[in-house]
Amino acid sequence: MAERSFKQEVAKLRLGAGEEFQGEGILAITKALLQSGVSYVAGYQGAPISHLMDVLADANDILESLGIHFENSASEATAAATLAASVNYPLRGAATFKSTVGTNVAADALANLASGGVTGGALIVVGEDYGEGSSIMQERSHAFAMKSQIWLLDPRPNLPKIVEMVEKGFELSEASNTPVMLEVRIRACHVTGSFIAKDNVRPAYGLKDALESPVRDTSRIVLPPASYLHEKEKIELRWPAAVRFITQHRLNEIFPGEARDIGIVMQGGMYNTALRALELLGLANAFGDSNVPLYVLNVTYPLCDDELKRFCRDKRAILIVEEGQPEFIEQAVNTILRRADIQTKVHGKDMLPMAGEYTGAVMREGLRKFIAACRADLLADAPAAAAPPKEALAALGNGVMHNRPPSFCTGCPERPIFTAMKLVERELGAHHVSCDIGCHLFSILPPFNIGNTTMGYGLGGAGAAALNAKAGKRAIAIVGDGGFWHNGLLSSVGNSVFNRSDNLTIIVDNGYSAATGGQDLLSSRHPSPIRATWNSIERAVRGVGVEWVRTLRHTYDVARMRDTLKEALTTKRKGPKVIVAQSECMLNRERREKPLRAAAVKAGKRVVRDRFGVDAETCTGDHSCIRLSGCPSLTIAPHPDPLRRSPVTKVIDSCVGCGLCGEIAHAAVLCPSFYRASVIANPSWWDRKRAGLRARVFDWLRGPAEPSSARSLP
Amino acid sequence: MKAANTPRAIRLAILAMGGEGGGVLADWLSDLAQAEGYIVQVTSVPGVAQRTGATIYYLELFPKAGANGRQPVLALMPVPGDVDVVIASELMEAARAVSRGLVTPDRTTLVASSHRVYAMTEKIAMTDGRSDPAALEQACRKAAKHLVMLDMGRIAEKTGSVISAVMLGALAASGALPFERRAYEAAIERSGVGAASSLAAFAASFGAASGQAPVEVVEPASPLPPVPEMLAARIDLLPAAAREIARLGTLRVLDYQDASYAGLYLDRVARIAAIEPDAGDGNAPLATETARQLALAMAYEDPVRVAELKLDPARIERIRAEVKAKPDEIVDVAEFLHPRLEEIAGMVPARLGRTLLRKGLARSLVELLTRKGRTVKTTSVRGFLMLAAVARMKRYRLRSLRHAAEDARVEAWLARLADIAPRNTPLAVEIARALDLVKGYGDTHERGVASYERLMGAVPRLIERPDPAGDLRKLCAAASADDTGRALEIAARLPAGVG
Repeated sequence: MAERSFKQEVAKLRLGAGEEFQGEGILAITKALLQSGVSYVAGYQGAPISHLMDVLADANDILESLGIHFENSASEATAAATLAASVNYPLRGAATFKSTVGTNVAADALANLASGGVTGGALIVVGEDYGEGSSIMQERSHAFAMKSQIWLLDPRPNLPKIVEMVEKGFELSEASNTPVMLEVRIRACHVTGSFIAKDNVRPAYGLKDALESPVRDTSRIVLPPASYLHEKEKIELRWPAAVRFITQHRLNEIFPGEARDIGIVMQGGMYNTALRALELLGLANAFGDSNVPLYVLNVTYPLCDDELKRFCRDKRAILIVEEGQPEFIEQAVNTILRRADIQTKVHGKDMLPMAGEYTGAVMREGLRKFIAACRADLLADAPAAAAPPKEALAALGNGVMHNRPPSFCTGCPERPIFTAMKLVERELGAHHVSCDIGCHLFSILPPFNIGNTTMGYGLGGAGAAALNAKAGKRAIAIVGDGGFWHNGLLSSVGNSVFNRSDNLTIIVDNGYSAATGGQDLLSSRHPSPIRATWNSIERAVRGVGVEWVRTLRHTYDVARMRDTLKEALTTKRKGPKVIVAQSECMLNRERREKPLRAAAVKAGKRVVRDRFGVDAETCTGDHSCIRLSGCPSLTIAPHPDPLRRSPVTKVIDSCVGCGLCGEIAHAAVLCPSFYRASVIANPSWWDRKRAGLRARVFDWLRGPAEPSSARSLP
Repeated sequence: MKAANTPRAIRLAILAMGGEGGGVLADWLSDLAQAEGYIVQVTSVPGVAQRTGATIYYLELFPKAGANGRQPVLALMPVPGDVDVVIASELMEAARAVSRGLVTPDRTTLVASSHRVYAMTEKIAMTDGRSDPAALEQACRKAAKHLVMLDMGRIAEKTGSVISAVMLGALAASGALPFERRAYEAAIERSGVGAASSLAAFAASFGAASGQAPVEVVEPASPLPPVPEMLAARIDLLPAAAREIARLGTLRVLDYQDASYAGLYLDRVARIAAIEPDAGDGNAPLATETARQLALAMAYEDPVRVAELKLDPARIERIRAEVKAKPDEIVDVAEFLHPRLEEIAGMVPARLGRTLLRKGLARSLVELLTRKGRTVKTTSVRGFLMLAAVARMKRYRLRSLRHAAEDARVEAWLARLADIAPRNTPLAVEIARALDLVKGYGDTHERGVASYERLMGAVPRLIERPDPAGDLRKLCAAASADDTGRALEIAARLPAGVG
């Protein structure tokens, strides 16, 4: 079960010819795949393409009716390798993942695929996670396209164009026997819009046909001498064929403008931001009519030399708008123009920054600089950019502003693991901690401040591999269940067995690939209609040879977690130690159980709801509990005691009663201020009877009422 | 110029935190604007920002009437200086919009909540790490063309709804968008789930933002009980400025032990008040601070006090209100207690306490019983009796080991105040304030005592320096900067340090 249910979105995949599709970019891509007659789709989830995977997972009946096979691949390498089905057969297929991290993982399969080439159209949809909101290293997928000679599409970010490029992408792939990569940035994936749908297409030649009449062609396999031929084919046949197709079908767009002696060449994905910048400089209107001629590259690799030359021939200067670095396009344009001896001046990274996202402000400034340098007269009427007054910004100096990075959710079962690690740190000192990818990486931020490095998905254990020497302390590695099944079982755990590591690996098992949206995994502990779940991590770990394994089925038991960690770090036993820390992701659990609870209360059933609280009267405002928890529901409020100055700790309504507050108070010997209130809705006869009896006993024990005291704080 | 005379899209940014329903708000607005004849584009950057991090939703609304069948090119992100409406769910997020240049006096209507959701770094401070809300509000006020600010958190809580509906109500009331109130409500109705409570929140917020309903209902503070006459007369002898705190302090100490203990409290306050030089401004900082810290120090947190507070008959009502229990629901309460050997030995009469602390059978037994924390159900008879038994130890409190230690520290502190006040009153005020380092339970208390004693040891050296009060204030801040003592170590190495 993914984080959201997509039944509503699935309905949009059924739209037929002439109907209007409305929705997000990534869903439009999904629909475009069905319109293009794909036979199979494979992928690995991750923002911003998780949505594509989740919707397809919920659309099984549509896929079946179209004869489409859909896989939640084990990794991006698996997804890319799946495209092998298009090598021998005229089958269209798509693979999708987050880039560049996913492309890094997929690189082996992609390079083999690109070498031999394809018969059926092969499309790789990459969600380019670059700029604001990105969770990964800032790199470009462009480099992968160039090194393996995979054509790269970067469509203008509006739905009709994106859909068109998916459809044309398959044709381009088939026309040039080359896999094609479609790059969509985060905002383009989430942008809303509409397009006129076509009917979904059931492929004429299907997977069944391929299985029943296999085709074999050794010249498509990467082994000498074929591999040498592949390289020649790429240059002599596939590249020219691609350029021919791109030019003939006008995949790139030229928008004329009055100022004919200058021009702007841009990646398709930069179009809307560049147009807004031109609008703000008074050089374009809201409909994209620009005074400056534009050459928009919906295909950023390969470049079409003749098209570029035609655009540049009558221009004194052009600006290349190319986000990210190195500036591959700018370098290539310079080479093309130089060879053709065209003297157009090429600007790019001299006007726009080499690194970082091209936001609206950056674009406006870069374009202004270019036009000021080449055609200052055009800027005569350019309005000045407004800015907040200095006093406003001055008020926010002196550390008033605090960052608000993402963090563990309320009730997250991963938090107590790090609480326990904090407690162990107090006793045994700091350890080297090698982190992984997933929600658990939030441990590096306050309040936990735990973790030294992260080397990639499933590579937590691998990142600690070198730190395996005779020493007074062991290294700790963290791997999530997502990373574990992605490649952690082998790269981290298997490797530590084979290389006789003495380290501790903590496998955080919350039952889902949680950080990417709560998708199912092999070890998910619930049945799935389309996947095989319930495969135990402990058994897998023992299967590759780990002997010291402890599975803790209730991570909230901080004392037990602390003691198990201590044992793992101090035991005389040699060899890798593995702790499987297992409790269900609270986000998924609440999403499932909250409606059930509400329905039960409504139906008059007895339901107990736990919620924690803090007695302000005994809280001295030291906030140790927050430093050991960091729960969003645990916050501060002005102290109701006028004698105290520090804010009091407070539990807010969003508390789900996970129990960590109480466990911390016990395990860390904190203050006695926490209480757990168990609210019994629709109490039974016995509940009411017992409560009544107790009240009478307490009244009797308290004796006659005392005069009121100063106890209740004002 | 092509730019001339073409309509312009309305630019609207929503700044919220993951899980607050910024996406729902964006959906309502999108649906609303489309129904009103606008072409709408929404973008967002969810991803990991969903996990409680700060996040932005961005909308552009373009009038269909002005498009003449053409498709406008809409931007995917807000450009600083070019945003018409900013909606922020929280005060610091509103200020963040200002710091990002999204709010400018030429065009931006800022619809923001005045309530705070504290950032992690504000929450984990050992004392008070909160940012100054006045500075945040000031930035919003200076930057916006039109500011609508109200406590949206409070309205959401009162109406039992989500903050997104409150944000929509305030936006509607601001008049920043060319839509009628009815059109907003229709969008909520069309969205279905939870529409009734969302509409209630919308209406409350609309009323508050348009000045039709009071924004803030200040609940009257419950009046303090009177101080017994004999003690009250002595409070009136103190400097006027210190009386309010002294009254609170007297009541605290009285409740904590008895009238004679409260009498001792007032004796001590009076002792210090008598030596404070009159600055002629009507303030009595030393007497006031002494009255405050002395009350807290004399009502130190021991198991007896905790048990008494946990059994307070008014408490269960407070808890019921806090957890929003309905009248027909039953609430069971459990406490998380972890008394240690030290606390138990400190609580009983001193002779018994010393026996417990010596190695032997008694000590081993108590250690065995206190190895693990206890979850005590106050609402069960067993739990009640257990806490009641501890509360009964009040009669031995003044003869306990813990009391002897606390009392000795207070006496030494008073002696130091008496010694320093005539020579350097500001330093004496800081010394009075430094006693606040000693608070809490267990390790926190021990760490506080160690820091406090260390600073007091430095006073004779500090007094030779040009600004001893300032130096001590800085050292106190360093002692409260972290719970490892590292900041104090570093501060101690400076010339003004502890040495």
